[in-house]
Amino acid sequence: MSASLSNQQQQNDGPIAVPPSSKDIFLDRTFRTFTTCFAWLTLLLIGYIVWEIGGTALPAIKEMGVGFLTGTTWDPNKGEFGILPQIWGTFYSSLLTLLLGGSFGIAIAVFLTQDFLPNKIQIVLKSTIELLAAIPSVVYGLWGIFVLIPLIRPVANWLHATLGWIPFFSTSLSGPGMFPAALVLSIMILPTVAAISQDALSAIPDKIKEAAYGMGTTRWEAILKVLLPTASRGIFGGLVLGFGRALGETMALAMLVGNSNQLSLSLFSPADTLAALLALNFPEASDYETQILMYAAVVLLFITLAVNIIGELIISYSERSGGKK
Amino acid sequence: MKNTPNFNKSFTDSRALKSIFLSTITVLCAVGACIPLFSVLVMLIMRGGKRLSFELFYALPPTAFDTGGGFGNAIVGTLFMVGIAALIAVPFGILAAIYLAEFGENGKLAEIARFCAKTMTGIPSILAGVLAYAAVVMVTGTYSAIAGGVALSILMIPTIMLTAEESIKMVPSAMREAAVGMGCTKTQVMWKVMLPVAMPGMITGVMLAVARVSGETAPLLFTALFSDYWIFQGGAGDIMEPTASLAVLIYNFSGMPFENQIELAWAASLVLVTMVFIINIISRMLFQKKK
Repeated sequence: MSASLSNQQQQNDGPIAVPPSSKDIFLDRTFRTFTTCFAWLTLLLIGYIVWEIGGTALPAIKEMGVGFLTGTTWDPNKGEFGILPQIWGTFYSSLLTLLLGGSFGIAIAVFLTQDFLPNKIQIVLKSTIELLAAIPSVVYGLWGIFVLIPLIRPVANWLHATLGWIPFFSTSLSGPGMFPAALVLSIMILPTVAAISQDALSAIPDKIKEAAYGMGTTRWEAILKVLLPTASRGIFGGLVLGFGRALGETMALAMLVGNSNQLSLSLFSPADTLAALLALNFPEASDYETQILMYAAVVLLFITLAVNIIGELIISYSERSGGKK
Repeated sequence: MKNTPNFNKSFTDSRALKSIFLSTITVLCAVGACIPLFSVLVMLIMRGGKRLSFELFYALPPTAFDTGGGFGNAIVGTLFMVGIAALIAVPFGILAAIYLAEFGENGKLAEIARFCAKTMTGIPSILAGVLAYAAVVMVTGTYSAIAGGVALSILMIPTIMLTAEESIKMVPSAMREAAVGMGCTKTQVMWKVMLPVAMPGMITGVMLAVARVSGETAPLLFTALFSDYWIFQGGAGDIMEPTASLAVLIYNFSGMPFENQIELAWAASLVLVTMVFIINIISRMLFQKKK
């Protein structure tokens, strides 16, 4: 009965399933080719970025050569340009950031994944931290200038007065400087590091933790000797990405690092980074200076690309083996 | 707490002591890390809220010794440039994502394109500005809203692409197979089945990308520059003129020695962060509803 009914319906409305018409096939081919073009465009876009920035910088690269990377003066009036202090500042600030932001980020990840808190608070705290990652860096910069620097200046100057013989404290903090910049940067990378480390920690099967407890470990013996080593690849990838972000971060540094062309180990002396150099000099640069700044941009591009590609490879490697099983 | 068996509670046991010690340090670290984050929010509300008024939204930025003033033109400029960026990045990102998720599947091209997109998310935002400077400002010979929009779109493309790919991949394969079984071409499956189902996820991705770039300063510094006037005040040609944005206003005013400008910088930060948070929260709610 029902079979004959559906048969009848099919005769009235035509079959439900029809093979595609030649027009459909044509549209299908066109659309597929179209999307393939956009996939290619993604590759081309990266190539274009490198080519365009590199091409504009080429005259400067030819003229200045490697000396640009080792020179220590930046004086447009004399025509002397060198970015060693900026390269140093970029790495120094990023390493400090990694040290501070990394350790706090991992601590937060452990705190949020290892049942220190009831589940609900855990979720609220996790999404709050994610939301804080959305605050624009210029706002952190503003906060750094008007809240953080006045707050840490007395502490920094006390450290300089009492422990001034240690190279790290060899200057006093007069305003902007390396330490406030690194502190703000570490607040900014903290959500990234915390989020990736949390993923790595919660991807560990419960069995592994239970096995550790079963052998009589305390909670922290399990965390330090079993869980963190198991998640280490994912955490390491997160740290590398955070490091990459710190290398390229511009606004917070341009506002807080002091933009002074010096090579110093001191935490409290002003310094400069590649990104801050670009941000401050580009708007008023002459054509000649623009080429030189492009050279600095090429250096920054290659440093960040290298760090990011390494981080990306580590994360995808740890997803394939170990980590997430 | 209750999930974790902790049999050694004795304070004389060194292992238990060590455990308690480390727990305390972690709690302190977590609390310590939250203090600056909340301090930012509190200061925004206190110092920015003090200055909040309607004037901010329709007045132009004040000159050096002026009192009052606002940043209406900067809000419009930000919205306009983010709009341009979205117009470029949304079609680009979604079409590429369709290839990555469906047509290219696990081919070499898809894998490489995905890797490129992931690498692009790590490119510092200032380099997007440098690129737009070389590609647009140097070619057209002027700072403009277009250059700013192009710079922002470079930052949006990879985010949109990767989130759109994820949401297309989350469509249950049974739905696709049913459509294929009816004789649909792959394109028809994509337009009539996959895209409608994946839509909430893709919108979330677009909104997160919009939220991210509306706070970006570095790419705008030397592409859109800044302007003290409304965009389009002088007709449609203003699209090729320097354009104001909230982020650059905050940066410029934060370095000024005038109390009025600094107050405005805080108020602008509050407005900007509120905008970004609202977009973020809406997109998160959208995503959760879909789950």
